[in-house]
Amino acid sequence: MSYVIEMLNIRKEFPGIVANDNITLQVKQGEIHALLGENGAGKSTLMNVLFGLYQPEKGEIKVRGESVKITDPNVANRLGIGMVHQHFMLVDTFTVTENIILGSEPRKKGTVDIKKAEKEVERLSQLYGLRVDPKAKIRDISVGMQQRVEILKTLYRGAEILIFDEPTAVLTPQEIKELIEIMRVLIREGKSIILITHKLKEIMQVCDRCTVIRKGEGIGTVNVPDTNPNELASLMVGREVTFSTEKQPAQPKEVTLAIQDLNVKDARHVDMVKGLNLKVNAGEIVGLAGVDGNGQSELIEAITGLRKVDSGEVMLNGKSITNLTPRKVTEAGISHIPQDRHRFGLVLDFPIGENMVLQTYHHEPFSKKGVLRYKEIYNKAKALIEEYDVRTPSVYTKARALSGGNQQKAIIGREVDRSPDLIIAAQPTRGLDVGAIEFIHKKLIEERDKGRAVLLLSFELDEIMNLSDRIAVMFGGSIVAEVKPEDTTEQELGLLMAGSKQQKAGGQ
Amino acid sequence: MFSNRLVNILIPLISVFLGLLVGAFIMLGFGYNPLTGYLSLWEGAFGDSYFFGETLRQVTPYILSGLAVAFAFRTGLFNIGVEGQVIMGWLASVWVGLAIDAPMIIHLPLAILAAALAGAAWGFLPGLLKAKLGVHEVIVTIMMNYIALYTSNALVRNVISDGQDRTERIPETASLTSEWLAALTQYSRLHYGLLIALFAAAIMWFILNQTTRGYELRSVGFNQDASRYAGMNVGRNIILSMVISGAFAGLAGAMEGIGTFGYQSVKGGFTNIGFDGIAVALLGGNAAVGVVLAAILFGTLKVGALNMPTSAGVPTELVDIVIAMIIFFVASSYMIRWFLLKMKKEGK
Repeated sequence: MSYVIEMLNIRKEFPGIVANDNITLQVKQGEIHALLGENGAGKSTLMNVLFGLYQPEKGEIKVRGESVKITDPNVANRLGIGMVHQHFMLVDTFTVTENIILGSEPRKKGTVDIKKAEKEVERLSQLYGLRVDPKAKIRDISVGMQQRVEILKTLYRGAEILIFDEPTAVLTPQEIKELIEIMRVLIREGKSIILITHKLKEIMQVCDRCTVIRKGEGIGTVNVPDTNPNELASLMVGREVTFSTEKQPAQPKEVTLAIQDLNVKDARHVDMVKGLNLKVNAGEIVGLAGVDGNGQSELIEAITGLRKVDSGEVMLNGKSITNLTPRKVTEAGISHIPQDRHRFGLVLDFPIGENMVLQTYHHEPFSKKGVLRYKEIYNKAKALIEEYDVRTPSVYTKARALSGGNQQKAIIGREVDRSPDLIIAAQPTRGLDVGAIEFIHKKLIEERDKGRAVLLLSFELDEIMNLSDRIAVMFGGSIVAEVKPEDTTEQELGLLMAGSKQQKAGGQ
Repeated sequence: MFSNRLVNILIPLISVFLGLLVGAFIMLGFGYNPLTGYLSLWEGAFGDSYFFGETLRQVTPYILSGLAVAFAFRTGLFNIGVEGQVIMGWLASVWVGLAIDAPMIIHLPLAILAAALAGAAWGFLPGLLKAKLGVHEVIVTIMMNYIALYTSNALVRNVISDGQDRTERIPETASLTSEWLAALTQYSRLHYGLLIALFAAAIMWFILNQTTRGYELRSVGFNQDASRYAGMNVGRNIILSMVISGAFAGLAGAMEGIGTFGYQSVKGGFTNIGFDGIAVALLGGNAAVGVVLAAILFGTLKVGALNMPTSAGVPTELVDIVIAMIIFFVASSYMIRWFLLKMKKEGK
C-alpha cells in the first residue's frame, strides 16, 4: 500500500488554542481523499501545514514515503503539492494564461513567451478536460471557469497531489457536476486529490476514503463505500444530526410581500429582472430556485433598495416600498441576510459587537442624541451571541477573525432579532457545515411559525426542497413556475431552472 | 513575543530610530559629527524656554493638519488637499481679523470660525465630486491646493492690500497671541492656539469613537457596500468627512494666520503644513492621541533643526534629508511590520 502523503500525529498550536492535535492523514496514490470537519475544526490549518504556510509543533510529514520538511509553499510546489483555494487567487484583468503562468513565466530573451505559455495551457486543458479559453480575461469568465483556471495553475506547476479547499461552495449544481467529472479525469491521469469539504453528498459521490476531524482532533478515517451520510455527520459533529428539517405544514396568512411587473437593470443596463410577479405570505417560506445569474441577486437588491427599480412595484403589507432607500426598507420591516456576507453583511474591521447594531445604532438604547452607548451595544451583542451560538473569543474581536459559520450566525441573529415582517435569506447556509446549517434552518422555520414571511434564495436544491413551503423557479429574469415541494422532484426542478417550461408556466 | 498592540506602538518608534540612524550616517558621510548634530537639534528644541515655546508653537498647526488627514483617512479618503485648506483657513482668519471691528470675545471666535469654514468649503468640493460623480479625491484635492495658493495670493495683493506682498497685521482683538505665554517662554511666539489644537484632537476622538455619526464614518471607511446595506448614506458621509477634515485644516491655517504671524502674505510656494500633516497622520496611526504625539515629534525636528546649522555647522539641506529619512521609514512601516511579525513567528 503506497501513500503519497502521510501527515502523522500533527499538532499545531496558536496562542491560546490548539488548532490541530494528533491528527493523522494518509492519502493513497490515485485516490480522492475527503477531509471532513465542521467550520473551525482545523481543516484549513492542517492543509496550511501541508502547504508550508504553518510549521507544526509536533508530527511528521512524509511525501512518497520520504520524511520532508515543508518550510514554505515553494517547497510544497516542488514536492508536487498544489492547492486550489476556495477564494480564487486570480488577477481579474489578466488573461487565463497570464494568471496561470504568474510567478513561473516561460521566458524568451528577457520577455515572457506568451505563445509558448498559451500552447502549454491549451495542452493541459485538453489533457484534463478543463475547458478554458487561454486568451479570455478572468473578469469575463464564469466562476466555474475561474476555478478551472485555478486547477490549471497547479497542474502547470507540475502538481501531483491537488488539495481542493471547499471547491463546490461557489458553484452551481451544473458546475459541481462538471467539477466532479474533472476530478475523476485527474485521478485517471494519475493524480491524487485531497478534498476539503463538509458536504456529505459530495463525499459519498466521489471520494474513496474520508478522514474526519472534530475540534482539532483526528477522529479517524473511514472507507466511503462502507459508510453513509448519517454516520459521517455524527462523526463530524459528535452527535446525531437530523437532515430533513422537521416542520409542520405552513399556515400562510395575509400577503406580506407582493411584487408586480418588476423590471430591474444591472450596472451594464442589461434587463436582469423582466416583468416579475411574486407574492410571499406571512407564515410561509417561499424558495427562489434558479441557476445563478438569472436575476435573483438583482431581484433581491431591488426589493431591499440597493438597486434601482426600473418599473413595476414592490409592496410590503400593502404599502409601496418601491425605490425606497435601504434604511427605509429596513425600517419598513424587512431583514436581509445577504448573499455575500463579507461584502454586504459585515464591516469586517469592526468588532463583532459593533456589527450587531449595524442597522440600529442610531436608535435608542444603542445611542442617545447621537452619542453611542457602548454598554448597551455590547450588552445586546452579548445576548445575541449567546442566543445564536456565535463562537468568538469576545464581543470585541474583529468580525474578520471569526469563521464563516460564526459570521453567518451573527448576521442571522442580527437580522432575525429586529422582528421583521419579511426575512430575505440569500444563500443563508453557503459554505457552512451541517451543524450550522441545521441551526439556521431551524431558526428560519421558527420565524415562519411566528408568522413571518421568508423569501429564501438558494442554489442548493436540497435546501430549497427541505425548507420551502412553495418554490418559485426563476429563469431569465422572471418566475417561470411555482410548485410545491411535495409535488415535485429535483429532476423536475432542474429542468425548470434550465428554462424548459413543460410545467404550468408563468408566475401566478 | 509581541502583542499586536505592542507592534503598533513599536513600528513608529523603530521608524523614528531608523530615520535618525540613517541621518547619522549621512551626516558622518559628509564629515559632520552626528552626535553634535543631534545634540544641537535637541538644544534647539528644548534647550531653553524660548526654544521650547517655539517648538510648541510649531507643534500646534501640525496637530491640526495631522488631524485633518487622519480624519479623512478613517473614512477611507486620502485628503491631499489639507495644504490648500490650510492656506484658505489662514487667509480667512486674517481677512476676518482685518475686516471686522469688534470686541475680542466676538472677534476672535469669528476669525477662528471663518478659518474652519473656509477649510471646510475647500474640502466640501472634492467631497461632493467624489460622492456624486466618483471623481477621485486625490486628483481634485491636489488641484485645489494650487487654486487655494493662487487665489490667496491674488486676494492678498489685490483685494485685502493695495498691491502689497502682505496684509496689514491683525488687531489684538482677533489675535491668539498671549502676553503671558510669550513672557513665560522668553518671548517666543507661543500662542493660545495650542489649546485649540488639543481640544480639536479631543473632538476628533469624540466624533469618531463616541457618536453615531462617527460610527457611520468609520463604517463607510471600512466597507462602503456594507454601509449602504445597513442604510447609511455613503455619499453624505464622504462629503461630511471631507468637510470636517477641511475644517481641521482651516484651523491649522488660523494658527499661523492669527497666531504665529498675524498676517497673510503672497506666497512663493506651499506652506508644507498640510503635506507634513500627511506624515504626521501616518506616524500617528490616524488616531487622535497618535497624531498629537507625532506632531510633537515633527515640531521638535522642525524647530530643533534650525539650530543645527549655527551650533553644529550641519547645513539645513542635510537636516531636511534627515527629516525626510524619518518620514521615509514611517511610510515604509510595512517593512518594519513584516520584520516584527517574522520575529514574532520565529520567536515562539
